[in-house]
Amino acid sequence: MTEPRRPIESGVPDPFLYMHPLLKQNYGNWKWHDRPRPGVLHHVAYGGDEVWTVKAGTQRQMDVYTVRKLCEIADTFAEGHMRFTTRSNVEFMVSSADKVQPLIEALESSGFPVGGTGNSVSMISHTQGWLHCDIPATDASGVVKALMDAMYHEFTHEEMPNRVKITTSCCQINCGGQGDIAINIQHTKPPVINHDLVSKVCERPAVVARCPVAAIRPAMVNGKPSLEVDEKKCICCGACYPPCPPMQINDPVNSKLAIWVGGKHSSTRSKPTFHKLVAAGIPNNPPRWPEATEIVLKILHAYKDNAKAWERMGEWIERIGWPRFFELTELPFTKYHIDSWRGSRVQLNASAQVHF
Amino acid sequence: MSKQLPETPMLDQLEGGPWPSFVTGLKRLASSEDKPYAPMMKSLLGQLERSYETRKGYWKGGTVGVVGYGAGIIPRFSELSEEFPESAEFHTFRVMPPSGMHYDTEILNKLCDIWEKYGSGLIALHGQSGDIMLQGCTTENVQPCFDELNELGFDLGGAGAGVRTSMACVGAARCEQSCYDEAKAQRLIINSFLDEMHRPSLPYKFKFKFSGCANDCVNATHRSDFAVLGTWRDDMQVDQEEVKAYVAKNGRKQMIDQVITMCPTNALSLNDDDTLDVDNKSCVRCMHCINVMTKALKPGKERGVTVLVGGKRTLKVGDLMGTVVVPFMKLETDDDYEQLNDLAHRVMDFFVDNALEHERTGEMIERIGLVNFLEGIGVDLDPNMVAHPRTNSYVRTDGWDEEVAKWEARKGAPAKAKAAE
Repeated sequence: MTEPRRPIESGVPDPFLYMHPLLKQNYGNWKWHDRPRPGVLHHVAYGGDEVWTVKAGTQRQMDVYTVRKLCEIADTFAEGHMRFTTRSNVEFMVSSADKVQPLIEALESSGFPVGGTGNSVSMISHTQGWLHCDIPATDASGVVKALMDAMYHEFTHEEMPNRVKITTSCCQINCGGQGDIAINIQHTKPPVINHDLVSKVCERPAVVARCPVAAIRPAMVNGKPSLEVDEKKCICCGACYPPCPPMQINDPVNSKLAIWVGGKHSSTRSKPTFHKLVAAGIPNNPPRWPEATEIVLKILHAYKDNAKAWERMGEWIERIGWPRFFELTELPFTKYHIDSWRGSRVQLNASAQVHF
Repeated sequence: MSKQLPETPMLDQLEGGPWPSFVTGLKRLASSEDKPYAPMMKSLLGQLERSYETRKGYWKGGTVGVVGYGAGIIPRFSELSEEFPESAEFHTFRVMPPSGMHYDTEILNKLCDIWEKYGSGLIALHGQSGDIMLQGCTTENVQPCFDELNELGFDLGGAGAGVRTSMACVGAARCEQSCYDEAKAQRLIINSFLDEMHRPSLPYKFKFKFSGCANDCVNATHRSDFAVLGTWRDDMQVDQEEVKAYVAKNGRKQMIDQVITMCPTNALSLNDDDTLDVDNKSCVRCMHCINVMTKALKPGKERGVTVLVGGKRTLKVGDLMGTVVVPFMKLETDDDYEQLNDLAHRVMDFFVDNALEHERTGEMIERIGLVNFLEGIGVDLDPNMVAHPRTNSYVRTDGWDEEVAKWEARKGAPAKAKAAE
């Protein structure tokens, strides 16, 4: 019998093998940059070298034909190199200004929108959804496609007060992350337990330990060892579902969408912030999720029309106050907007400062 | 006769509209009759359409891997394998991209060649952790596909309770705001943790991310256990002629509204001659003014990093931002980079020894307190680690004098060292 091949544990590949030669030559020696138009960056090195970057949106979940098309465009119009951003935008680098327009035309005629720079709405960072995840309550790529169709103009233009980063998540773990706007699944009912399977599939103590509110306990059900949920305590987070699939949390009717705003990763101006709940109970309505899209657009336009230059969504709301936010977006304010755990007291308004 | 493309009336509605459609891509793969993956992708489309109809997912996990590794393949078996047998096994490869996600067309085409030979032809560039995700491989094809990817120079990323795939921003390759060599730091650290990545045995996942400045383009602060953010210690660089040119072009109102008053610590003032007055002692290196005036302003010259520890997403006790553990570490020489790597290993060792099962670093620190964590990793206290000192008077302070003595000794040390020179 032949020895199995052992892996070469090469780790993170060396980027210098693949990097555009101008980026390699000027590594760590860039002087300044500007943006000649939406979707285009222009960087100048201390030595005088210049590089133009054209950024375009992709569908993230790409077929090989799409990847090969991007390669063909890179070979014909962009000196054979590209890179990707954390939000699945593709960037092509060229060494002279006159190569920019033909590259833009090649991208646009192949269906790749040029944009996503500066104060635009960038591509939505998202998860896998029904296409590939084992615990999704909704799709990811489909929600994103529907939303990006609706926000296409905002991707290809720089008309927002500052950059807008949107995320989606198909369970409450929220792999999509913090966003100026986040569209996330919000379960509203406790898990439905298949007691025949629990003892066969689940490591029960691990499942009990996973619950953030200690609502799960071991129990004998119909003579079989299983688990039971204290439905008064359950917060419907779904944390028990991944380690114990017989505790089904996804519900085609009662798993809703919720919208959160004001999340921010950077330490720029204000410190990083978590996004805050503004709307829930939104139908999980494939294939185009029109109800969620409508609310997102409403929030986006309120921000666009009212925020000052450079204010991110959360900074704008911080300035105008939450009453004005709910007024401008015409969203209802309910008891669910007020957090109730011990540490949430800092979220209350402990002052005489009131917005009218 | 070849299998028919399934009817997908719901997915078809995602082919219209201006944004690139993943459905069109899936259909291209499913219609590639000359390719081995066409039947698998027809089947996949059928299952996905079913999910759209029923609003349910149909994938479950399992155990699939490659020889020598305990992570890197995400197994996916269909619960609808009888109806959709060709996509019954649809595993994902998590493959680490080059730092900064740079590619040339040759390497991407080779990647596509391998993936067309063994897999579905579906690639995500990139996943939320930064992986190249090759989605859709049969159990049988996993090992030969990996062998070819590996020979091409790619290695698998992390999954489960191990070190995860990492991300670095474009950084020094194309950004004047970069304050260190992100790719160097990323590759040094991650490639020294490959055992913890490929054979996961940590309490829970552990993520590193590398951003060149406070703009944090890879979301390190929130999305990593160990966030390395570029910064500088000396004064910001100001080209006063360019400041004047900015004011002349854009006007004083814009300069005041968009630069001066937006400084979070009021460290900026516009002089009467339209030059900029910077109070560098108050500046917190937030990058705002530098973002606005890209020609006039730049980070200082004494550059390095701030390290934040403990960021994570919701599961299970709610989101946490990373918090400052090292306010400044100079990163210039190879030795400096080794110091950073050494810190990473001290944090990892402490995490392995002290975290509970399924507990992230941030949760561990919340449980044991920052002070115990700092003692464990051998890092001195610094007021930069807190937003403000404690407000609760219920605290036992009978070790006060000893702590003051430690502080005085630390504070005196640099002065003494200087006097000895």
